[in-house]
Amino acid sequence: MAAIIAKGLTKIYDNTIVAVDHVDLEVKEGEIFGFLGPNGAGKTTIIRMLSTLIKPTEGYAHVCDHDVVREPDEVRRCIGIVFQDPALDDQLTGKENLDFHARIYGLSRNEREKRIMEVLKLVRLEDKADELVKNYSGGMRRRLEIARGLMHYPKALFLDEPTLGLDVQTRRAIWDYILNLNKSKGITIFLTTHYMEEAEYLSDRIAIIDQGRIVVTDTPAHLRSLVGTDVITVGCNDHQRLKTELEKKDWVEKVSPHNGSLEVYVKGGEGKIAAVVKIAEDIDVNIESINLRRPNLEDVYLHYTGRSIREEGNADGRMKMMARRRMRR
Amino acid sequence: MSSANFQAIYVLWLRQIKRFFRARSRLVANLVQPFFFLMFFGFGFGFIRFEGSLNYIDFLAPGIITMSVVFSSMFAGVSVIWDRQFGFLKEVLVAPVSRLTIVIGQTLGGSTLAIVQGLTVLGISMLLGAKINLWGIIPALIFMALIAFFAVSMGLIIASRLEDFQGFQLIMNLLIFPLIFLSSAFFPIETVPDVMKIVMLCDPLTYAVDGLRGLLIGSFALPMYLDFIVVVTFSAALMLIGAFVYSRCECV
Repeated sequence: MAAIIAKGLTKIYDNTIVAVDHVDLEVKEGEIFGFLGPNGAGKTTIIRMLSTLIKPTEGYAHVCDHDVVREPDEVRRCIGIVFQDPALDDQLTGKENLDFHARIYGLSRNEREKRIMEVLKLVRLEDKADELVKNYSGGMRRRLEIARGLMHYPKALFLDEPTLGLDVQTRRAIWDYILNLNKSKGITIFLTTHYMEEAEYLSDRIAIIDQGRIVVTDTPAHLRSLVGTDVITVGCNDHQRLKTELEKKDWVEKVSPHNGSLEVYVKGGEGKIAAVVKIAEDIDVNIESINLRRPNLEDVYLHYTGRSIREEGNADGRMKMMARRRMRR
Repeated sequence: MSSANFQAIYVLWLRQIKRFFRARSRLVANLVQPFFFLMFFGFGFGFIRFEGSLNYIDFLAPGIITMSVVFSSMFAGVSVIWDRQFGFLKEVLVAPVSRLTIVIGQTLGGSTLAIVQGLTVLGISMLLGAKINLWGIIPALIFMALIAFFAVSMGLIIASRLEDFQGFQLIMNLLIFPLIFLSSAFFPIETVPDVMKIVMLCDPLTYAVDGLRGLLIGSFALPMYLDFIVVVTFSAALMLIGAFVYSRCECV
């Protein structure tokens, strides 16, 4: 069974800016599906379309077997969302925020009382229930939002960058809540992130998205094995000569300069470090640094898009986002 | 309309009431301003005599009540901009209730606050010596509610188009102040030049002020049924436009 299906999903702003470009995806029930890509890749736009906040320009999407355009209320009832930016009323207490949500989702009085206590307990905010949200820390707010997203027993939970701007411990704690939710309640989770570790740690399957398109979808393990090789990163005083020399060896799969050093792709990296050093010595190249890396999603991303997710980075992505926001009105 | 929608309207209303009473500074500011207007204008122009036993402060009180109802409602409508900036609007827009429900909830919340405020200003003006017809207060409440519906809807419509509060300042100065000043809140419509009279008759708030003035101090410049019809028509129209705008907007 598929909890979320999209076919040819496209969003074009103002007839010119293509934010999401013919995206096909299928998320199985009970799965944690990670959406990985840099800022401005179209992740949030996809979540907004799937959660009925905006309408697709083209294509269609079904969530819990309901069409997001024709049956928005049914879709809204079956999903919970935690937005990228906080969406709490900080003049209200934590409990009042939950009560607001419960009522606007039409929960009965008994259900409301019971459910508020349940979800507060789940995210360990019972003690802070009657405090104004403006006195909450960032992590507490995020936990409250997750609790709120769960109030109305959603079948699918959308998390848009759930740990953006949180410290390491809080991030870990939130990851554990998410995993626990998925395991114990069987809730389908659709997660966007630009943190590699997050996507890798949480997701059953990952889709890598770049410039509005999905470039690949697979399990984290399989994605890693697609890149397959270990990477030895070498900093030295003559990249060109070392590169030429290394490329002659049949155990070297690929050598490419990246960020002022050479990346040497090999199988069984530990055994090859000594060999690389030896080759450099033989041709009188001084090695300044050497480092072995197992493939991770970063490399997968690099492999598929030709750019690293970090260098793509904030400036460019933000600019795009801001330009889009401005043009929308 | 289903009970779920009533719940939603209630909770949207409740939220505004709670927020209002928690923001003390807004509470004070909203009362001080009409108090100053009544006191300084009322006594400053106290030498003006109308026919009969009417004083300027009697004349002014319904105008200032209208003004504070309009300001307060407008503000409630425009506060959607805040909700958008602080993200809360998304929480509301993604809920399984119709946009009409949301507009109604927001309107009722803002209107309740505006009416409370209108009544407070009424009390202040009585303390300052305005002679109010007590029997007129009940029908005047209906008028205030209509004015509030009108102004909240207008605020909501403006908010759907605006990005931030700078824009709102501009709208305040270019739209709301002229509407208030041309509404006969401060001076009677009978004595102005003909051209200005025509302009004033195009301002829906003229009918609002005139209706309130008739009910509260017994002095109509226009027929009461006309005041009523114009105010009802305008508030209904703006509420419909508001609902329409929000049913289509992707304003998150």
